[in-house]
Amino acid sequence: MNGHSPNSVSAARAGWLLIQRDLRLGMRRPGEWLQPLVFFFVVTTLFPLATDPQMSRLRDMAPGALWVAALLSSLLALEMLFREDGQDGTLEQLALSGLPLSWLLLSKSCVHWLLTGLPLVLAAPLVAMAFGAPYAAIPAILAALLLGSVALSLIGAVGAGLTLGLRRGGVLLALLVLPLAVPVLIFGAHATALAIALEPAAAPMYMLAAIVVLSATLAPLATAAAVRIGLE
Amino acid sequence: MIPWLSWLAAICGAAGLIGALGLAPPDYQQGEGYRIIFVHVPAAVLSTVAYAVMATAAGVGLIWRMNVAHAVAASCASIGAWFTALALVTGSLWGRPMWGTYWEWDPRLTSELVLLFLYLGYMGLRSAIDDTARADRASAVLALVGVINLPIIHYSVDWWNSLHQGHTLLKFGKASMPPSMLTPLLLMMLAFLLYFGAIVLTRARGAVLRRERQARWIGEIVGVTAP
Repeated sequence: MNGHSPNSVSAARAGWLLIQRDLRLGMRRPGEWLQPLVFFFVVTTLFPLATDPQMSRLRDMAPGALWVAALLSSLLALEMLFREDGQDGTLEQLALSGLPLSWLLLSKSCVHWLLTGLPLVLAAPLVAMAFGAPYAAIPAILAALLLGSVALSLIGAVGAGLTLGLRRGGVLLALLVLPLAVPVLIFGAHATALAIALEPAAAPMYMLAAIVVLSATLAPLATAAAVRIGLE
Repeated sequence: MIPWLSWLAAICGAAGLIGALGLAPPDYQQGEGYRIIFVHVPAAVLSTVAYAVMATAAGVGLIWRMNVAHAVAASCASIGAWFTALALVTGSLWGRPMWGTYWEWDPRLTSELVLLFLYLGYMGLRSAIDDTARADRASAVLALVGVINLPIIHYSVDWWNSLHQGHTLLKFGKASMPPSMLTPLLLMMLAFLLYFGAIVLTRARGAVLRRERQARWIGEIVGVTAP
């Protein structure tokens, strides 16, 4: 078509095509991205059951419960980030395509976040309300989770790349990713706690945003290196 | 090199121990109990030094594809993990009489614990991959990612607790130590460092021998001709 050989697809165009493809694949299998969401609801339901359901107590616990549940369910979702594509050879094709692999994997991370991170963020106000958070706190909680889930998707992609094709990948993935996610958890939970107390939460938000920027620049490079190793 | 390091480590360790347990005066606040810092502080320092060495070796191995560097990085991990565990255990033993609790969610303790998890993750990843070359490079990537993250984790943990509550914990100031305590402490640090060097070299030698067990030059050294 108009003298375009398949090799002359620009990196931006390839990233966009990849996003469309992954979104379409994800939409055809809603079970995969709904499961982490359901898991998020279940875990947050367990917290009041395991402690006592007084609203004042729950309000104190809400940031911790929200963020630990979000962290665990994003971890659950990470397993499927590269699994299918690693098994059917798509990742190898991407690596051999001559386009920057880090860019393509960043596109994949974007889709992964859209399918697993974003539903979580949208579900969070519901859970926060159930934990007794005031209405006024909802925008800040949304913003914190929005930033945090992006960072978790990006950082987690490194772990998913490293455990690509391993037999005991699941538990190992948790062991690799959770320590790296400590800063996100701290700042996210802190921002949420400040928001629920109706105090300005700008400071931890800025830190979260800084982590997002840093991981958006560095994590794709590490992910690409990890995936290349995993494909050997 | 290994005997040199080990002997120097033994001498420094002996001198440090004599100074630490015999010559240094009891602390006016903590009595004799403070003497555990002569093990605790070097272990804590070495836990980070080991990570730095491991990450450097991993980087060298990844960039120049040196097998020896990978072997060194792999040997650092378990030793570093042990130093971290030792620092945590001695710290909590010290904390029981001094702070009245084995564990306090102090930033330093917490970041040391996260460091231990990083080590365990590194070792877990390495043991999960059967192919040595692949394990080398994957764990090297992880070590480098960890090195970028370590300062962030450290500062976030610092920040996390300093905003939560004001701490009334005892802190060691740099210059608030008389020479009779400082000298043994430095000697012990040196001893730990030399010991670390000796052990890493020993383990790395073992690792290299194991990797290259099919190679001809090993057969020549050992005096066994390969079939």
